[in-house]
Amino acid sequence: MHTNAISRFGNTGMSAVTDLGRMGLYLLKIFQGCFRLPFRFSEFVRQMHFIGVGSLVVIFFTAASTGMVLGLQGYYSLHKFGAEGMLGSAVSLTLIMELGPVLTALMVAGRAGSAMCAELGIMRISEQIDALDCMAIDPFRYLISPKLLAALISVPLLTVLFDVVGIAGGYVAGVHLMGVNPGSYFEGMRSSVTNHDIILGTVKSFVFAVLLVWICTGRGYLVHQIRGAGFGASSVSKVTTQAVVLSSISVLIFDYLITAVML
Amino acid sequence: MSDNAIVFTDVLKSFEKEDGSRQVILDNVNFTIPAGKTTVVAGGSGQGKSVTLKLILALMQADGGTITVAGDDITGIRGKRLKQLRTRFGVLFQGSALFDSMTVFDNVALPLRERTKKTETEIKKQVLDSLEQLELLGHENKYPAQLSGGMKKRAGLSRALQLQPEIMLFDEPTTGLDPVMTQEIYQLFARTQAQVGYTSIIVSHDIPKIFNLADQVIVLNNGAMDVFPSPEEIQWSQKPHIKDFVQTTMGEIYQSHLVEK
Repeated sequence: MHTNAISRFGNTGMSAVTDLGRMGLYLLKIFQGCFRLPFRFSEFVRQMHFIGVGSLVVIFFTAASTGMVLGLQGYYSLHKFGAEGMLGSAVSLTLIMELGPVLTALMVAGRAGSAMCAELGIMRISEQIDALDCMAIDPFRYLISPKLLAALISVPLLTVLFDVVGIAGGYVAGVHLMGVNPGSYFEGMRSSVTNHDIILGTVKSFVFAVLLVWICTGRGYLVHQIRGAGFGASSVSKVTTQAVVLSSISVLIFDYLITAVML
Repeated sequence: MSDNAIVFTDVLKSFEKEDGSRQVILDNVNFTIPAGKTTVVAGGSGQGKSVTLKLILALMQADGGTITVAGDDITGIRGKRLKQLRTRFGVLFQGSALFDSMTVFDNVALPLRERTKKTETEIKKQVLDSLEQLELLGHENKYPAQLSGGMKKRAGLSRALQLQPEIMLFDEPTTGLDPVMTQEIYQLFARTQAQVGYTSIIVSHDIPKIFNLADQVIVLNNGAMDVFPSPEEIQWSQKPHIKDFVQTTMGEIYQSHLVEK
């Protein structure tokens, strides 16, 4: 019985290491696919539209809500110390360095990442990816690399949008609702936000874009090789859930690591 | 091309099961597939028919032994050699594997756009000619979801034939089709093979009808293979599993409609 338990533990460990190795090779192939010709410009534009334009509404409302809540809560905290003038600084730094990149990535993972995973999973189980292989068409160049390139442009732009809308939301809540001086709101922001803070937020958004595409497309593409996922429609639903959970957790872990390294 | 299109020598393939043990699918099997002929690969579910096709296509690698295609050893093949190998093949998948987001025209044109330097005008002419031959003209702007099972198979066949393959692989080509459509599809295979002259490998459990097309039959059973140089010889085998196979699958072989070759 103990031997069985140890054996099962060993198998699980081996399978996790194998899966990680497979995902590592998968990431390498996505990067290689970016440099293979001919470049699929139309697919790249389509993905930009899907990931970027398609996420505008959800990003706008999440950013507005987050910014307004930050404005109200920031005012509540700062008011206790008579430091309402620091509201602009608190809201903008929190959004630019932390919440903007993280919440954008989580929203894109939920909306576009899950769809990318399901699309590739279905293509895998219906042998469409095998068909590409059999026609000697590189699936990475054809299907996946355009998604990575589109995400590398869309996610940072969405993050910028998130930051701008969030700061505006904080302004509405802090200045219009709570009566903070508008000049001090913007002056606090101008004096405290440095290039380093903006670079930190930008680096995060690029890293999160890679994480999202890597994990979400990888789980779909490799659905037939994932232990316990099975095969068929249920396997696609399983790996889609897994993709969103894993990519979200990875975003949070990398958020901490990047902050720890760059701050 | 040499006389043998494909040669399997001592090929071993196994898969890891959930409990960590290994299930042997092909146990040191040996066979040859003659060029220009039709070989039917038969056997029950899970006996390794599709695995055999994937090994031929190098979609998966054997654990041991060698596989040669037209004299070239494809063991561990990768990179440009793999790409060149795959240009020799055309594949009709079980579910046709048409791209859902593309029209029939775009599906059929895909290999020409991606693998040749033909102009869009040349591609259009070739695709429409092919669709006309396969009686799909008028359906070129439809999406796969708007097609019947038989039409999907014909569209998949058209796509597979665009690069004039030396070897055509058919994976359960008549699954889900009614008997009339099945008969039509087999007639279509025989006709296109006569036109293009490819080597044909058909994986199927639609045994009675498919045997009328076969020049050679390979039966897979528990990791082993039995090769029969003609479909008639299978019924004289004294092996118990082949006898069972004949009884369960070929009872109606002589009543089946003959396919014109």
